[in-house]
Amino acid sequence: MIVSERIRRLVPGAATREAYGNALIALGAEDPRIVVLDADLSVSTMTARFGGRYPDRFFNVGVCEQNLIGIAAGLAACGKIAFASSFAVFAPGRCFDQLRVVVAQPKANVKLVASHAGLITGADGKSAQALEDVALMRALHGFVVMVPADETCAFWATHAAARHVGPVYIRLGRAKAVRVYDSFDTFEIGRAVEVVEGQDVTIIANGVMVAAAIEAAEMLDVEGVRARVLDMHTVVPLDRDAVVRATTETGALVVAEEHFLAGGTGEAVARTVAEAAPAPIEFVAARDYGISGEADELLAQYHLTAADVAAAARRALDRKGRR
Amino acid sequence: MRIGRGAPNDQSMENAGGPGIDGAVKSLPEALVRQLEEHAYRLRRDVLEMVTAARSGHPGGSLSSAEIVATLFFHTMRFNPREPKWPGRDRFILSKGHAAPVLYAALARTGHFPVEELARLRKSGSHLQGHPDQTRTPGVEVSTGSLGQGFSVAQGAALAGKLDGAGYRVYVLIGDGEMNEGQIWEAALFAAHHKLDNLTGLVDVNGLQNDTFVADTLITEPIVDKWRAFGWHVLDVDGHDVRALAEALDVATETKGRPTMIVCRTVKGKGVSFMENNPEFHGKAPTPEQLAQALGELELARSRRQAGG
Repeated sequence: MIVSERIRRLVPGAATREAYGNALIALGAEDPRIVVLDADLSVSTMTARFGGRYPDRFFNVGVCEQNLIGIAAGLAACGKIAFASSFAVFAPGRCFDQLRVVVAQPKANVKLVASHAGLITGADGKSAQALEDVALMRALHGFVVMVPADETCAFWATHAAARHVGPVYIRLGRAKAVRVYDSFDTFEIGRAVEVVEGQDVTIIANGVMVAAAIEAAEMLDVEGVRARVLDMHTVVPLDRDAVVRATTETGALVVAEEHFLAGGTGEAVARTVAEAAPAPIEFVAARDYGISGEADELLAQYHLTAADVAAAARRALDRKGRR
Repeated sequence: MRIGRGAPNDQSMENAGGPGIDGAVKSLPEALVRQLEEHAYRLRRDVLEMVTAARSGHPGGSLSSAEIVATLFFHTMRFNPREPKWPGRDRFILSKGHAAPVLYAALARTGHFPVEELARLRKSGSHLQGHPDQTRTPGVEVSTGSLGQGFSVAQGAALAGKLDGAGYRVYVLIGDGEMNEGQIWEAALFAAHHKLDNLTGLVDVNGLQNDTFVADTLITEPIVDKWRAFGWHVLDVDGHDVRALAEALDVATETKGRPTMIVCRTVKGKGVSFMENNPEFHGKAPTPEQLAQALGELELARSRRQAGG
């Protein structure tokens, strides 16, 4: 199995939200235009780290997600780079129209960075587990949508968001994430990373599913199947070239995401495949609302493990063979 | 016409921070009162003609806001229509975005774009959208139309002004029906907590909302008490009295340590008998015949005002 030089092995790492907190501190030192807002979850989203360092440029707006987005848009209109954070269930969950009217439509320089997305939020249960946020944000024309896999990716994605002029959404997780990357200072919005080379089938994944996809590739490798793994850290704009290459070169796809099927990364990939180079696709995604439990338990219970990804790859290969 | 006071290179006005800086709020000269009334009359005419030509739009809440908008654009605010993005400008945000016609009329009459363009309201290819669009219309600060949101954006603009030590003020106009929106109260808490005294809110209390009367929808009074309880400095004025409005706006500029809300008592559809207090004309255009009658009524009231004064 040929693995990208950027990754050596999968090791335990920090949560993506921690990398976000660290990135904000670094960015705050570089750029005085950066202002950070939070809706009363700053210890959890890690924006409190920025607040501790730059108290004049940090505002806890209270449990007011609608006002959070409006204030961010007003700051952006006056030349600030506004980062706004909450949990993904609350933002975008409770401020979709605010994101639509005062951020997406005028292309405001607002970065919504939401933590505690997906099932891995864990014990708080279904009301706290966002499985629809990527769909909501994909629907808002003009937003860049990113789902980083690990701390390194999240750190550089945050830097890229600050540099990008316009609306950005970054999806982060609560749980510690398996570390995929040793370094990623070449991070580029909209450019997928081929973390594992292969030509038999392609596994496209993002967020926590990237590590699962690499593990799945190892399982398949033992069976003599060379699976390509693409980290699709940017869902919008999708790396169309990488998807088309994967389809034409490997002829079968799996898309794995910790999100509902509807409106997620899988559907984005499927549209591109349907338009450019039809091929069988199997989807690994959440199919129902969650329950309380540990992150790993929930991923297993909802069929979001490496074994599930490998099984999906075998199905895709079967379908490719039948054509 | 007193527009664009404190143009970009006018240091004295930029530093002055508005009228009455030395403390006392000066009473408006009679001639200026007449001018502002004339501007409000002109805005009403424009609104009615625009909405009639467009065959849709919101005349009622535009007419109730005419004196408020006239006083802001022709007396209180500093801006430069030749350089609408001048960083030192005062910002006006129409949070009750459906009153776009009165905003467009004020922008045209202050020279942001030619008056002839008003006739293209809501037409395909026009930069005058059904609701304000900051990406298309010179002088429109914030895209609005979804109630409650402009009020929040105003908080952010005022906060940025504080962070930058900038001298500009932020004015935001909301409706009494708009006070139904929970977002208004989120922002009300924020502005008071952060002592945004560079922010002046105005609420056009015309007593009606989309379907019917505000009082028959959700009891909103006592409005003054509500804003006061949220920590705002509150002024209660006749929203059709330009002198009262101008003085209240000056008092707001002088008020330090908290934001000011000017509660403007108005009549929806003000100036047109068949539109006044009539829920039907929240979002309906008059017919050409109704327009003729409406303009006649405005003209008559104007003649009486001039004769009386």
